[in-house]
Amino acid sequence: MTPRGVGYLPRMLTPKARGSLSERLLEAIRARPRDLAAVVGDEPESVDDEQIALWALYELHHHGFEDVDDALEWHPDLLALRRRLEDGFERRLRSRWPSPGPGFRTETFAEDFFAFVEGHDGASLAAHVQRTADVEQVLDLFRLRSVYHLKESDSTAWAVPRLRARTKAALVELLYDEYGAGDPDRVHAHLFARGLEACGLSSEYGAYVDDVPVEVLEQNNAMTLFGLHRRLRGAALGHLAAFEVTSSLPSRRMSQGIARLGLAQEMADYYDEHVEADAVHEQLAVRTICAGLLAEEPHLAGDVWFGAWSCLDLEDRLARRLLSEWAA
Amino acid sequence: MSDLDHPDGVICPGGPLLLRGDHVVTDAQGRPHRTTRPVSAVCRCGKSSRQPWCDGTHKVLPPQARP
Repeated sequence: MTPRGVGYLPRMLTPKARGSLSERLLEAIRARPRDLAAVVGDEPESVDDEQIALWALYELHHHGFEDVDDALEWHPDLLALRRRLEDGFERRLRSRWPSPGPGFRTETFAEDFFAFVEGHDGASLAAHVQRTADVEQVLDLFRLRSVYHLKESDSTAWAVPRLRARTKAALVELLYDEYGAGDPDRVHAHLFARGLEACGLSSEYGAYVDDVPVEVLEQNNAMTLFGLHRRLRGAALGHLAAFEVTSSLPSRRMSQGIARLGLAQEMADYYDEHVEADAVHEQLAVRTICAGLLAEEPHLAGDVWFGAWSCLDLEDRLARRLLSEWAA
Repeated sequence: MSDLDHPDGVICPGGPLLLRGDHVVTDAQGRPHRTTRPVSAVCRCGKSSRQPWCDGTHKVLPPQARP
């Protein structure tokens, strides 16, 4: 390993394989010399296998791995494999989506969007944490959430240069707050890192990826898929809006559950910040960001609803799995 | 020169007042609260637990009780 200088924080190592494709892929990207062409045609043996392979390929675009050469981020063989896995994943997400959504009318879009989210009657992890979860369950949830919360908003930020003036300014107005409005201590991902440490958990980026169920990988990969592809900017912003609209009230429940169990105040602080921040962000995401996008690019309405629905559905899938495991 | 809307205050139907920029807002007891973020949401339904800021509570009120 090349010395990287004083102050360098080591990054995560490649995750554990979850099947034959991810096994061969992870071995190939760690090896020197490498035979990447050999894995391009591999088929995943399961959704777990597909998702951890895709997650690892996507992480080359986020922070990379300590045991993988950064130059592989744009290696054509890996891009070919990524494209094939993404195609299958996007098809699956779209096949789960039951309808084309309510369309777009400028005058009613915000009300339509809030009603659409309200009408999605999903399972709630926050309600469980608020009232009945035990300490181990809540710590488990923090571990699962850390895969995303430690890169909070990063995938959405990729959409910025693909937008026109009105929507670009609106998105950056929201992201500026997510990223602490210039104060590194208020960066949301950093607040979550502090919360993890105060709970005795690791705040290292990617520390718990080997422990997470496939639903968490799908959530993270969907956000990266939507963010990386300019074509899917409508889905990225629809996802953002649904995420924000379902954050403020659940964050209050999370904070109350943390207090009920006597867990660290730093973690309560993270959720308390989201009660207020996301009460603002949900309005911005719907009224200025998505409505702005559709005023400029009305043909993206279907993708906005697709992204929003995917956000709700993926969270619902995770919630149902965890609640049923915890009830067993 | 401006041709795109960017008002300092935006009333959200059924929800809060969005306030852009740095301001001091007094709550119902007359206590001052300085904004801490680029855009703030001021409660209009009166039910927020974090006055004077919105905490999303308006969404669980019956439609006729929303501002």
